[in-house]
Amino acid sequence: MSELLSPFAYDYMLKAMLVSALVGGVCAFLSAYLMLKGWSLMGDALGHSVVPGVAGAYLLHLPYAAGAFFAGLLAALGMAIVKQRTRLREDAIIGLVFTAFFAAGLLMASIYPTAVNIQTIVLGNILGISDEDVVQVLIISGVSLTLLLLKWRDLMVVFFDETHARTVGINAGALKILFFTLLAACTVAALQTVGACLVIAMVVTPGATAYLLTDRFGRLLALAVAIGTTTSFVGAYISYFVDGATGGVIVTLQTLLFLTAFYLAPKHGVLAARRAPAAAPGMVP
Amino acid sequence: MNEVVAGRRAADLAGAGASLSVRNVTVTYPNGVTALKDAYFELGPGTICGLVGVNGSGKSTLFKAIMGFVQPSHGEVRIAGLPDREALKRGYVAYVPQSEEVDWNFPVLVEDVVMMGRYGHMNFLRIPSAQDKRKVAEALERVGMTAYRHHQIGELSGGQKKRVFLARALAQEGRIILLDEPFTGVDVKTETAIVELLRELRASGHLMLVSTHNLGSVPDFCDHVVLLNRVVLAAGPTARTFTQKNLERAFGGVLRRFSLEGGELHADDDRRGVTVLTDDERPVVFYGDRRGESEPLRRKDDEDKS
Repeated sequence: MSELLSPFAYDYMLKAMLVSALVGGVCAFLSAYLMLKGWSLMGDALGHSVVPGVAGAYLLHLPYAAGAFFAGLLAALGMAIVKQRTRLREDAIIGLVFTAFFAAGLLMASIYPTAVNIQTIVLGNILGISDEDVVQVLIISGVSLTLLLLKWRDLMVVFFDETHARTVGINAGALKILFFTLLAACTVAALQTVGACLVIAMVVTPGATAYLLTDRFGRLLALAVAIGTTTSFVGAYISYFVDGATGGVIVTLQTLLFLTAFYLAPKHGVLAARRAPAAAPGMVP
Repeated sequence: MNEVVAGRRAADLAGAGASLSVRNVTVTYPNGVTALKDAYFELGPGTICGLVGVNGSGKSTLFKAIMGFVQPSHGEVRIAGLPDREALKRGYVAYVPQSEEVDWNFPVLVEDVVMMGRYGHMNFLRIPSAQDKRKVAEALERVGMTAYRHHQIGELSGGQKKRVFLARALAQEGRIILLDEPFTGVDVKTETAIVELLRELRASGHLMLVSTHNLGSVPDFCDHVVLLNRVVLAAGPTARTFTQKNLERAFGGVLRRFSLEGGELHADDDRRGVTVLTDDERPVVFYGDRRGESEPLRRKDDEDKS
């Protein structure tokens, strides 16, 4: 028993679990929106694009969040310009730009290896997070969560029907900018917990899982946040015992939950569909 | 004194504000295409106006200009006497989208969608009040969708989907309702129900602008018509505007046209002829002397009951 409680005896473990849970919750909040629009890969793109910013920031002893944010902005700008000037499709542009940034980041980190361990960026290192980084993550998550809690209904209307949003006086353009700013900020925060490669799971999987479980957006949000928070907390906890990468454990847990929902979800799961093929959607009374 | 104010207020709510002026509006997109040129028409309260034209004739551009999505390079749109930006801020304009524009897999229930109509009436946290809930219930009742309020929107039939978005416009209490192709993919029964509802709204002073391909039903329920082909070809009361000649101008060679007259139609030497114009949806049928103005035929069951 005391063996199971031992992670709670260490400051660094407590810190890791709480920070992971917070970041997991905020990312999950965003995932509920992102996966509905077919923009999931934007999360991946942002996660990889910020890498050179992080490497550069450590090199220059600046806050890593600032560097990451700058790189993310540059990447978004790059995508916009390539899109405007060429006839390339969006997926090709995303693939092109984010790999270019990621490669630049790898290069920087390997040329100046003292600045930051490349493994920390790619895989995350929540167990060894410094106090300054904790402060940055707390600020990003806190501000994001506050804004999302205030504006989640407006964002829902914008994502569902932008035209209507305008007719009821909602500033759709400003809200979309806000959303992508928060997304960029939160992928930066998630770098610390799961690393650049797995950020996309944090901003897709919880929302996708919740989507199978409910038909109401409010509940979807609550479920996604609960899934994100719990898996991140428990994932950090388990990583103490298996001595494995925290990111790997968290995302594995999220995937297991997704598979469970995929199979067992009361209305949209595989089993439910098999049980009642006659009462398919559209056949409602 | 108070009575006067109250009376004026009632008149205002009943739709004295429901007017739409499109004044010399020209819209040129950044790529240089002029989608709408010098469009001019005025509509008042208690109107159902059909917006008729081929694809690419500027119908959706006109809608976008009215909703402030595109800025006219010339001219202006005024709603209820206000610049359109101001009117939009007050929620005067409600929009019923085309079915293809809606993500039917979005995790919202019927009542959630209708509640979205109330957002302009709520404070910035958008927490529904008892009044908001009542208005949503009323709107659902009015379109006959109360029994479906807890269904996810993708589970509905084409006609039911339309009615949900109409209910949202009702809950919004907009004075002007824009309907984009409301009859596409809808069965005749629902079409009749929608037309019935539009007539009720007309009676209560609303102004509705309905873009439609469905030529045959235009004379059934529209009292005004705007014919569009990048310019406003004709605008005015249906009887005067929705003529064979104007339609042929609006549609050019796109429409199919059949005519029957003389010996093919009448045993005697009646000079009236039948002309059928169709773009493969519901055709419009004209019957009368070709030299005079022939009247478009209307469905018997749709005669105005009022």
